[in-house]
Amino acid sequence: MAEILGAEVDEEGYLLNVSDWNVEIANAMSQEDGINLSTEHWEVINFLQAYYKEYEFAPAVRVLTKAIAKKLGNDKGNSRYLYSLFPYGPAKQGCRFAGLPKPTGCV
Amino acid sequence: MSKNSIEKLPTYLAIPPLKKDSMAGKGPFKASIDIQKDLGFPGEKIDNWQQVAINKIAETKSKYRSVQVFLDSCMKCGVCTDKCHYYLGTADPKNMPVARQDLFRSVYRRHFTFAGKYFPKLVGAKEFDEDMLDDWYNYFHQCSQCRRCAVFCPIGIDTAEISMAAREVMNAIGVGQKYPNQILGKINKIGNNLGMPEPALRDTLADLEEEIKEETGVNVKLPLDIKNSEVLMVTPSADFFAEPHIDGLIGYAKVFHQSGVSWTLSSYASEAANFGMFIGNYDVMRQGALRIRKAALDLNVKRVVVGECGHAWRVAYSFWNTLTGLGSGGSDEYSLKLQNQLDSNYPQPQHMIEFTYDLIQRDKLSFDKSKNDHRVVTFHDSCNVARGSNMGDIENGQFILPREVIKAACNNFSDMHKSTIKSATFCCGGGGGLLTDDLIDLRIKGAKPRMHALKQSEQDNGVNTLAAICAICKSQFSKVLPNYDFDPYMIVSVHQLVSDAIILTKDSET
Repeated sequence: MAEILGAEVDEEGYLLNVSDWNVEIANAMSQEDGINLSTEHWEVINFLQAYYKEYEFAPAVRVLTKAIAKKLGNDKGNSRYLYSLFPYGPAKQGCRFAGLPKPTGCV
Repeated sequence: MSKNSIEKLPTYLAIPPLKKDSMAGKGPFKASIDIQKDLGFPGEKIDNWQQVAINKIAETKSKYRSVQVFLDSCMKCGVCTDKCHYYLGTADPKNMPVARQDLFRSVYRRHFTFAGKYFPKLVGAKEFDEDMLDDWYNYFHQCSQCRRCAVFCPIGIDTAEISMAAREVMNAIGVGQKYPNQILGKINKIGNNLGMPEPALRDTLADLEEEIKEETGVNVKLPLDIKNSEVLMVTPSADFFAEPHIDGLIGYAKVFHQSGVSWTLSSYASEAANFGMFIGNYDVMRQGALRIRKAALDLNVKRVVVGECGHAWRVAYSFWNTLTGLGSGGSDEYSLKLQNQLDSNYPQPQHMIEFTYDLIQRDKLSFDKSKNDHRVVTFHDSCNVARGSNMGDIENGQFILPREVIKAACNNFSDMHKSTIKSATFCCGGGGGLLTDDLIDLRIKGAKPRMHALKQSEQDNGVNTLAAICAICKSQFSKVLPNYDFDPYMIVSVHQLVSDAIILTKDSET
């Protein structure tokens, strides 16, 4: 099984155990994808984690964009902006950096 | 959105020169032991896999006589060879439908035909060895079960059924694909492909109600688990989660609002999709369908309506009756109870497109079509709707109704080239359980014929919006459109077009 900084990940690079997550892991994952995590990235990651803690599930993209609009302003509360932060998708890539399971299904 | 380079499309989509083994490989990620066991399959490849596989082929061909007919009757005429989008996109000769079938056929001949048993080389009969199994796994996961080849085959051989049977045989020996099998486990445990628990669903729906209220000033509801509603709505769970799907869900809600028909979603059966079909397993497919029957009984609804999901509609339209008694056909206690409960004045099940179309026909919906005037819309026929179902109880209704709904909401509509739509539609490239990141190269290449037709429409008619009624198509297109130099946001739900143009009655007016 593959690892990142000692934490086990699946074939697609998602943490097997949410509790293994730490800031260094998020940084390492994003570096691998060629991304430097900015304040805006962290707003998204923090929201994903808070939502997951409450619902044991990642938020719908619409729920995420609205939450980000409230925090960062309406011009940033849209899917285009989130894709500019997370080119592989705010749900999938965002969840991976946040240590959450990959959303599955027809998404 | 993807690092893959932009594909330059030729003006004429020629049949590609063969590139032998260009898609050779190990295939998509395999399912883990836990995922396999959840579905009742062996956790990993069993020791005596060859014998078990041969036994499973024997069982499959007797259970589904169509499979045996398809295996026996190919005359190698070659008509199918250039009809598969994966062949056109990859040029790998093993992606010609006849070659894909022959992976199965050669093993079948070796074990089940006189000539194959005694003169295997003369009739192309082959052993089911490790190399053959590797080819099965790789190339039966390069088939989206779209059935386009079957439309052109002079004797109607359906590669999709052979592909389903092959996956069923592989699961029986413990060789399963991660993507569909993991998802099927989630349906059985939580009720939807996403694994979205009820509180998250409830919260998301409340959020959407708030959003509609802010935008329109109207209290449009998205009810959950409301007993004695007229309609149970089952829709792909991507509608609760993904873009652009969620705007289609908002469209359904607005249509129900205007119709005055009470409706509800179910947290127990919060999924219309049924990947049991993709893996060719009747029991797994039935388990998913039974959740919907139970929800319909528990919520005491009179009608069941299905949202925008291609293969869900095929399963619902073609299989729900015998799987669950929803419609007619089942004869067990619960089937009979359901048949008594449902209102026979309506189609059971009914597609959301049929529901909306019926209201339009009866002049019950009003539209401000100018709201969609910035769009020139074309419609992508999803395979399982186009080639596996019908709508509106009229010939070709599955092609007519979605287009009529679009035209009711939009002034500008233009079809893609006739050789790429309706029963000849090209797959989006991500159907049949292939909508997974580990197959992204295949998905991009397989989208090529559809993208080519879309490019022509863009150039000739200014098409800038692609509408679809399938969650897989919508996700696949948002991912692959940029690879062909299109805006990923040009893909929309048909009910998003409805949603943007529908005129809502203010609460005080109702």
